[in-house]
Amino acid sequence: MSGLPAARAWAWLDERAGLSALGELARHKRVPLHRHSLWYYLGGMALFLFSIQVGTGILLLLYYRGSAGEAFESVQFIMAKVPFGWLIRSLHSWSANVLMFVVFAHMFSTFFLKSYRRPRELTWFTGMGLLGLMLAFGFSGYLLPWNTLAFFATQVGTEVAGSVPVVGRFILRLLRGGDQVTGGTLTRFYGIHVAVLPALTTVVLGLHLVLVQKHGMSVPPGVEEESRREGRAPRTLPFVPSFLLRDAIGWCAALGVLAALAALFPWELGTKADPFAAAPAGIRPEWYFGFMFQTLKMLPGHVLGVEGELLGIAAFTVGALVWLVAPLLDRRPGHPASRAFTVLGWAVLAYIVAFTVLMYVRN
Amino acid sequence: MRRRRWLNAFLGTSAGAMVASILYPVVRYLVPPELPEAPTTRALAAREDELRPNQGRLFRFGSRPGLLLRLPDGSYRAYDGTCTHLNCTVQYRPDLRQIWCACHNGYYDVGGRNVSGPPPRPLDAWEVHVANGEVVVTRKA
Repeated sequence: MSGLPAARAWAWLDERAGLSALGELARHKRVPLHRHSLWYYLGGMALFLFSIQVGTGILLLLYYRGSAGEAFESVQFIMAKVPFGWLIRSLHSWSANVLMFVVFAHMFSTFFLKSYRRPRELTWFTGMGLLGLMLAFGFSGYLLPWNTLAFFATQVGTEVAGSVPVVGRFILRLLRGGDQVTGGTLTRFYGIHVAVLPALTTVVLGLHLVLVQKHGMSVPPGVEEESRREGRAPRTLPFVPSFLLRDAIGWCAALGVLAALAALFPWELGTKADPFAAAPAGIRPEWYFGFMFQTLKMLPGHVLGVEGELLGIAAFTVGALVWLVAPLLDRRPGHPASRAFTVLGWAVLAYIVAFTVLMYVRN
Repeated sequence: MRRRRWLNAFLGTSAGAMVASILYPVVRYLVPPELPEAPTTRALAAREDELRPNQGRLFRFGSRPGLLLRLPDGSYRAYDGTCTHLNCTVQYRPDLRQIWCACHNGYYDVGGRNVSGPPPRPLDAWEVHVANGEVVVTRKA
């Protein structure tokens, strides 16, 4: 054994852990370069924001107390007394919202560029699983400060889950830890938020990343077609260091934006939840549930003899299922049927944007 | 070969039974116990001098919120305070003389009937008794 200590340490580790195989992988990984390449950065951005959630979440755990008697006060304590507590909590809340936005953008870009087509269907399914997990993180985390808005959002959200035929009451009691939203619900949501969802996310995120690694980045059908016509291979960029460094620029910018948001607009705490107070005026959920909220608000009590809320929830369920299996239905890119999926995507996007805006305008 | 199949079936069912014996208590543990709460049938909603005509207030009726109204003519009405749409707690709007749910903008008239917005059913009405300066609300068990 000779050479520098660092080289010797590397050789020692490599012999035992096979590090050079990883290095080889990194050296060979390339990212296609074309006019839609910008969308490739969203996945990495989501991963970066998620890591901020993990970091700030662990820090919040050191002071947060998950019971109805103490939760609100402990968040108040974090915001007012703990050095930089306001920063950590505001970062956690802001980053969660930006993460939701990035995840939605990532999903729509995948949809419109038809990156979900064969052989990447499983990548899409795991991605949709991650979207579901992120929404569950958002919903469960929203209750943890135990404030009025969160209390009623949870009341409504769990009631929606409870209106599923046959198993509704079982799900409702499972989520609430009883028939009403109480301190028991808070404890449950706390456990779900900090233990169950992170464990599930680790598995699904791991699968998602392995699949992305296995298949590489998808080249959009249009770009693929062009390079075929011109008889040349699409241009690519080495992942290490070129793409990673560009990723890092985005991450630095995101961190700067988040810090500015947290400093200029610290996240509000509101008033402590009172199960015997009326729902306050102007109540609404986080923006990413806004389109569903606004739809449920605008549906009349009965539509064709069926309760409006049931109809709305059934429609959302069917819509989500169709969206989930889109890669199995949309199998021939370039075919007119495939264009119909693109139109569907724009319609869904327009609907979500319109109803989210409507929620802010009408409230 | 038959012996191997038999063994596989035997071990398979044993393993299945073991998994089931672990899962069953876990699933049962996840679902909270049904607490046989003594059903509340009466509650003191307010003292008689607390509410002016055309005013409402929420009160505790066991584990549920109740809504007590005093109509402009001085009479009382009481309802289950939970919106029939998605379970939010309603409030009385003296300016509109209607009961309002802020969550999804549902309205009920002072008779508890759902008059606009998403609520599918009227509010459950409870009985009001005024005696000895107290407004007491009762519900048939």
